[in-house]
Amino acid sequence: MTLALDIRHRLGTFLLDARFETGSGLIALFGRSGAGKTSVVNTIAGLIRPHAGTVMLDGTVLVDTARGVFVPPHRRRIGYVFQEGRLFPHLTVRQNLLYGHWFTPPAARGDGFERVLGLLGIEPLLERRPGRLSGGEKQRVAIGRALLSNPRLLLMDEPLAALDEARKAEILPYIERLREQSRVPIVYVSHSIAEVTRLASTIVLLSEGKVAAVGPVSEVMHRLDLFPLTGRAEAGAVVEAVVERHDERFGLTELRSRAGSWRLPRLDAEVGARLRLRVRARDVMLAKSAPTDVSALNVLPGIVADIRVGDGPIVDIRLDCNGEALLARLTRYSVERLGLAPGAPVHALIKSVALDRRSLSGPIAQGPGADAEADEA
Amino acid sequence: MEWMALSPEEWTAVKLSLRVAVVATLFSLPFGIAIAMALARGRFWGRSLLNGLVLMPLILPPVVTGYLLLIVFGRKGLVGGFLADQLGIVFSFRWTGAALACGVMGFPLLVRAIRLSIEAVDARLEEAAGTLGADRIWVFLTVTLPLIVPGIIAGMILCFAKAMGEFGATITFVSNIPGETQTLPSAIYTFTQVPGGDSGALRLTLVSVAISMLALVASELMARSANRRLDIE
Repeated sequence: MTLALDIRHRLGTFLLDARFETGSGLIALFGRSGAGKTSVVNTIAGLIRPHAGTVMLDGTVLVDTARGVFVPPHRRRIGYVFQEGRLFPHLTVRQNLLYGHWFTPPAARGDGFERVLGLLGIEPLLERRPGRLSGGEKQRVAIGRALLSNPRLLLMDEPLAALDEARKAEILPYIERLREQSRVPIVYVSHSIAEVTRLASTIVLLSEGKVAAVGPVSEVMHRLDLFPLTGRAEAGAVVEAVVERHDERFGLTELRSRAGSWRLPRLDAEVGARLRLRVRARDVMLAKSAPTDVSALNVLPGIVADIRVGDGPIVDIRLDCNGEALLARLTRYSVERLGLAPGAPVHALIKSVALDRRSLSGPIAQGPGADAEADEA
Repeated sequence: MEWMALSPEEWTAVKLSLRVAVVATLFSLPFGIAIAMALARGRFWGRSLLNGLVLMPLILPPVVTGYLLLIVFGRKGLVGGFLADQLGIVFSFRWTGAALACGVMGFPLLVRAIRLSIEAVDARLEEAAGTLGADRIWVFLTVTLPLIVPGIIAGMILCFAKAMGEFGATITFVSNIPGETQTLPSAIYTFTQVPGGDSGALRLTLVSVAISMLALVASELMARSANRRLDIE
C-alpha cells in the first residue's frame, strides 16, 4: 500500500498543512493533542473535504481539489475505528458487525466473519446490544465492524483513549494480532508514546498542523531534536531483541540485541521470539568505566553519538551501542563532571526492574516468513 | 344508560372525524419527515423561510388558515383548480378538504416533534455508517430513521390529536355538512346551537375525551417499547 497525502485545510484559526507518503504496515500518526491528527484521518476517510490538495491511496485519487475530484466516504472502502466506538445502538452486535456487508458485493465479502470473531474474541457478544457492552468490548466490536466492511485501509483514531489502563491492556494484544494477521494496512492515531512504539512500523510526527518527521519508529524516536514534540518525559529508545533463554532460578529472561544482552524479569515469551523493548531515557545511567560492584544487571558499552543541551538542567544524550541507539537523560552537572562529549566511550546502566512488561511488545512479525503466514490466514 | 347511546348521525360524525384524522396524519407523515430532515440537517438558503412557513398555521388564527386554504385549494383556487381539472381531486366541501385542513393544522406539531428527535440523533453515527459504505439514503433508512421512531410516534399522536380537534380552519374551508364535512367538533358546535342539543354535545364530548386519552396511552406504550429497543432506560 502507498498512501500519499498533501493537503491544506483551515479550521478556524488552525491551519493544517500536511504532506507525507508512507508504505504498508502500521503507520502511527503521532503528536500532541491539537496537532491535527484527527483532521488528517478525517481527510483520508472523506469526512473532511480539504480546501486544497490531494489524497492518493494505492494510485487511486481520492481527493484532488485542483481537478475537482472528491470520492465520498461510502465509496472509499476505508474502515474507520472511532475513539468512541460509534456502534449503532439500535442494532445487535451481530447486526453492527455485518452492517458493512449490505454495501459490499457478495464476491468481495470473503469468509472473514468467523476469522474476525476469533481474532477479536467477540463471539460471546453477538446477540447483545451495544448499550450492554463494556468500553473494551465496544472497541473490539467497532474494530470488527470496520474490518468486515472489506476495507483496503483501516483508520484507528485513538481507539484506546477512552479506556482505562486495564481495558487498554485488554485491547492492545488484539491490535497487535490484527497488525500481524490481517493484510489491511492501518493508520493509527495516538498521542501515547508507549502505544506508538509498541505498535507502529512507521511514524508520522505531527506538530501544529504540520508534519515534523516521517520514518521508522526507532529513527524518529531517537532524534533528540524531536524530543520537545515526542514528549520528553516519556522519551526512550526502541530496541529490537530476541529471547535468548530463561533463568528459572532467579526468574529472569535474557534477551539478545545488537547493543548486547539484557536481563529482565521473567517474560511469558518463547525462546527465539522477537520483541521490541522500550528503554526510557530517564531510566538509563552512564558511567565512564565499566562498574564492577553495581546492582544494575544491564551494562552496555557504547559511544556518545549526540548531546542536546536544553535551557534547563537536563541534557538528552544519544548513544551508539554497536549500531543500536540508546537514549539517556542526565543532569548538565553530571555531563560536565564526566566530561561527556560526542565520541566519548561510556557504559550505559539500566536496572532490570525498570524494564517491566509495559515496555515490551511482540512478537513482531517481520520479514518474508511473517508475510507468508498472513497470506495463508 | 340509555342516553349514552350515540344516534346514527353522531356515529357518522365520530367515524368521519377518525377517518379525517387518520388520513391527515398518514398523508402528512412523509412530507413531515422530509421537511424535518431538511430543517434539522440541511444547510440551504431559505431554511428559516421554510421553517416559518411550516409553523405558520400554529400562529395564524385557524379561520385565516381556513380562508387561505379556500383561496388556494378551492374550486377556483390556483392549486385547487389545477388539481380538479387535471387529476379530478376536489377538496372544497368534501371530507378530503377536511383532511387537508386538519393535516395543515397538525403539520407544525408533527414536524417539530420529528425535527427535535432528528437533532437528538448523534450525527457521528451517520458518519460512521458512511465509512462502512452506506450512501446518504441508506444512512437515513438504516440509522437515522430507526433512531427517530419515538419522535415520529410522538409527532403522529400530536398531529392526530390536533386533527381530531380541528374546528376553525375546517369549518371555514369545507363548511359543516353532515356526513361529508361535519367532524366531531363541528357536530358538537352544531348541538350547542340548537335547543335540546345538550345531551348530544355531552355524548360527543365524552367520545372525544376517550379518543384523546386512548391516543395518549398508545403513544406512551409505543414510545416505551421503542426506547426499550434502544436500551435507553
